[in-house]
Amino acid sequence: MSESVKSPWVLHYDASSCNGCDIEVLAALTPLYDVERFGIINTGNPKHADLFLITGSVNERQVPIIRQLYEQMLEPKIVIACGICACTGGVFKECYNTLGGVDVAIPVDVYAPGCAIRPETIIDAVVEGLGILEEKRRLLAAGSLEPAELPKQPSAADKPVRGETVAAAWQKAIANALQTAGQEEQ
Amino acid sequence: MTPLSFGVALVAFVILGPLLGCFLTGADRIITARMQGRVGPPFLQPYYDVRKLLAKERRSLNSFQGYYLILALIMTILSGAFFFAGGNILLVVFLISLSSLFFIIAAYSTRSPYAEVGAGREIIQVLAYEPMIILLGVFFFLITDSFDTSAVASLELPLVVALPLVFAGLLFILTIKLRKSPFDLSFSHHAHQELVKGITTEMSGRSLAVVEITHWYENVLFLGYVGLFFVWAPPSTLILAVVVALAVYFLEIVIDNSFARVKWQFMLSWSWIVSLLCSALSLVLLAVLNGFVV
Ligand code: SF4
Repeated sequence: MSESVKSPWVLHYDASSCNGCDIEVLAALTPLYDVERFGIINTGNPKHADLFLITGSVNERQVPIIRQLYEQMLEPKIVIACGICACTGGVFKECYNTLGGVDVAIPVDVYAPGCAIRPETIIDAVVEGLGILEEKRRLLAAGSLEPAELPKQPSAADKPVRGETVAAAWQKAIANALQTAGQEEQ
Repeated sequence: MTPLSFGVALVAFVILGPLLGCFLTGADRIITARMQGRVGPPFLQPYYDVRKLLAKERRSLNSFQGYYLILALIMTILSGAFFFAGGNILLVVFLISLSSLFFIIAAYSTRSPYAEVGAGREIIQVLAYEPMIILLGVFFFLITDSFDTSAVASLELPLVVALPLVFAGLLFILTIKLRKSPFDLSFSHHAHQELVKGITTEMSGRSLAVVEITHWYENVLFLGYVGLFFVWAPPSTLILAVVVALAVYFLEIVIDNSFARVKWQFMLSWSWIVSLLCSALSLVLLAVLNGFVV
């Protein structure tokens, strides 16, 4: 096991979680679970962090913030989506303002489900992520780590809801409304 | 101090300094964890951290920051080498101030608001502890008639007997120098704090590793200051000095875990009050000891 696996420093960001998952992430960092046993430290600084834990679904306003945090982290780094909202959007998936999970903004390495996610799941996800982190460190040392590609800038209008994008649904609704208004005039 | 003894001390300090510093930090983290009812990280965790930081991608906000930090490291190493070779204590003090200065410039060079606040606080810390450190040199001269740290080897009694209050003053500001709560204003080793990560906010990867290694050297040097008070003519007293230094380090860990951070006003005013009181009373004490013939 190499050193990057023995000292993963964590950055925690709340995208737009209901706070259920945040409380669990913080619970995992309490003395009860004592993650410092594995060298894990909770830093508030993306420039020092190796793991990026994100909770909650992502809306349009969050995207630039999440991307900035992600880009400030140095390689090797991994992203863990904590909770079903961060994985897919969860119960908020069909809300008009929700784009989806974290992977609409940045590439995600580990998806950790649960509503709310349990501290045990978080620790499992981190352990899973450490393997990926080690792989990236090896690639970086060999000089062959490709910079991760960011997904194309998403927009709420392009979000498909029940088989249709929001923009198309709006266009249809407006066309319908115009048509009805025209019929009433006649 | 001969060039030879300086060379030996330099090599020894370069090799042993970070080893000891790493062990001290590792022990600190385990003891801290135990005090909080946790198991704590492995003993070599600080070493793993630095290895990881060295393996990270190389990226920095500007090309100067790295040089400033390396200069800070070199100044610390030189300072420690002069100290342990028995060199001039004023030179030791000024070199370590220069090291702090480079560290502060490194933070300012990034123009990051968080790093600037951290650097500003670091300056206040320097202001707070520097008077006591200079006075330490002055009192050292009053007792030994020399500025060379090797002069303690010809004393008949340890410095602490003649200068108990100067030692107390040193203990007070040592908390600032070791970056322990309640005086860890510019950055602390504990995870979250209000200023992102204070003065080290913009230092990442390799730069942060250099900062960490510098801190290991510094810790050993500052515990050396403590040990200086307990060395006198018999060479076996060196062991006593090491034991006392370790005991003081433990005391600092206890303090670190029992106090919350204070405001800078409190730190600055109390360090100056303690420094001035300790030195004024020490002068009186010396006069009494010498039968009023200072
Ligand atoms: S997964 Fe559940 S607990 Fe977590 S943010 Fe979503 S709704 Fe809240």
